[in-house]
Amino acid sequence: MNRRSFLKTLALAGTLAVPGAGAARAETGGRVELATLLDLSRCVGCGECVAACRDANAAKFPEPERPFPKMYPARVRAEDWSARRDEDGRLTPYNWLTIQTAVVERDGRELEVHIPRRCMHCVNPPCANLCPWGAAYKRADGAVRINDAICLGGAKCRDVCPWGIPQRQTGVGLYLDLLPALAGNGVMYKCDRCHQRLDAGQQPACSEACPMQVQASGPREEMAARARKLAAETGGHLYGLEENGGTNTFYVSPVPFEELDRAVAQGPGRPHLRPVADVMARDEAFTAAVFGAPLAGLAAGLLTAARGLARSGRGAGEGGHD
Amino acid sequence: MTEPRAALRPARRPRGRLWIALCLALGFTGAGQMPIFKRYYLADLPGMGWTADYLLLHTLHLALATVFLVWAGAALGAWLVRREALTALGGWRAAAVAALALTGLARALKNLPDVWLAPGVVMAVDWAHLALALAFGALGLAALVRGTGYVR
Repeated sequence: MNRRSFLKTLALAGTLAVPGAGAARAETGGRVELATLLDLSRCVGCGECVAACRDANAAKFPEPERPFPKMYPARVRAEDWSARRDEDGRLTPYNWLTIQTAVVERDGRELEVHIPRRCMHCVNPPCANLCPWGAAYKRADGAVRINDAICLGGAKCRDVCPWGIPQRQTGVGLYLDLLPALAGNGVMYKCDRCHQRLDAGQQPACSEACPMQVQASGPREEMAARARKLAAETGGHLYGLEENGGTNTFYVSPVPFEELDRAVAQGPGRPHLRPVADVMARDEAFTAAVFGAPLAGLAAGLLTAARGLARSGRGAGEGGHD
Repeated sequence: MTEPRAALRPARRPRGRLWIALCLALGFTGAGQMPIFKRYYLADLPGMGWTADYLLLHTLHLALATVFLVWAGAALGAWLVRREALTALGGWRAAAVAALALTGLARALKNLPDVWLAPGVVMAVDWAHLALALAFGALGLAALVRGTGYVR
């Protein structure tokens, strides 16, 4: 039994041990994760997806209260996008999808590649795993959401996200009702894959609005197979399948992603396209140790105490003969 | 109710002091899961920059939790053999250790790539773990002040 199988066995035992947990294993226990395939050779950068995203999610956008509470210490800065709601050149709390454009040279000609960027919806999302409040979470269908009623805007999710996707708006959320001066700084926002549309059996708005059919959504394994096939047939390059241990967003590009990464504007709200190692891999290794620990300790405690008892019994017995 | 001043006084024995140090280290790395160390300048102190590294703190918390669980498991094993009577405070502390261990294990389990738990369960586990850590700290402090061990 290898480490992964061992952990899976532990996982099965553990989830069964949590009554009412609604636990399941991805794609093996009835839960199917959905993924999106984006064929970048089709994208013309028209921005229909960005507009559709804004329309579909407008009701979720923050309406901050002013003035913002004074926060301590002074290094804590407010992040306010409410006066720049139309900004679409980067990710913001009001813009959950942005299009990056890379201009590269191919066969002596200039080629533009447009890349719709949003949350990758990782299979094992660090944002959800490391959120101290459970505000960031993964849905059964694989979409990663942030609960805006619980989020305190600490931005840890942005710090641990390999692409720095979630964006903060100050002046909204639960922190205003707790200790606004001393803890929290608003709410984090990002693509939630139009969860309300998914619940209604619809496609995400960006996917439906695309006139070029750049996006296709479906069960992860199916989409992964399609992405590999498309890449093989077109000599294309893949991104998202293995990044951060696997995401639910697969890009297929006619240009290597290293080239695209060099060509796109990067910075806050403008994610990179570099290879990403599995952020949670180290913790996965430790989890086996954590689960083995109480059993090892129990065995050691039982043996040591039993041996101690036997020794003291023997001592008493020998003493009895004196 | 007056607790008997037991033979086992954790803080006054090397092993007891080590246990306290372990619990404090777990409390520190646990608190560091909240984004406060950078905000409140701790990470700016010389040699403390690592406290702003969430992933490192998380791994350290897991490593310390492994030692904590070995220790708690060994204590349980010894208790099962010896069947010593617990003090009232010791009983509450033992219950807090068990609950902390269970909620911590549930959280570690949830972080595996092939495991999914309902968001409400994850949130309940997170908050329970935090509340239990605070309760365990308060109980430990009470035990320290009163000089009360786990067993009579």
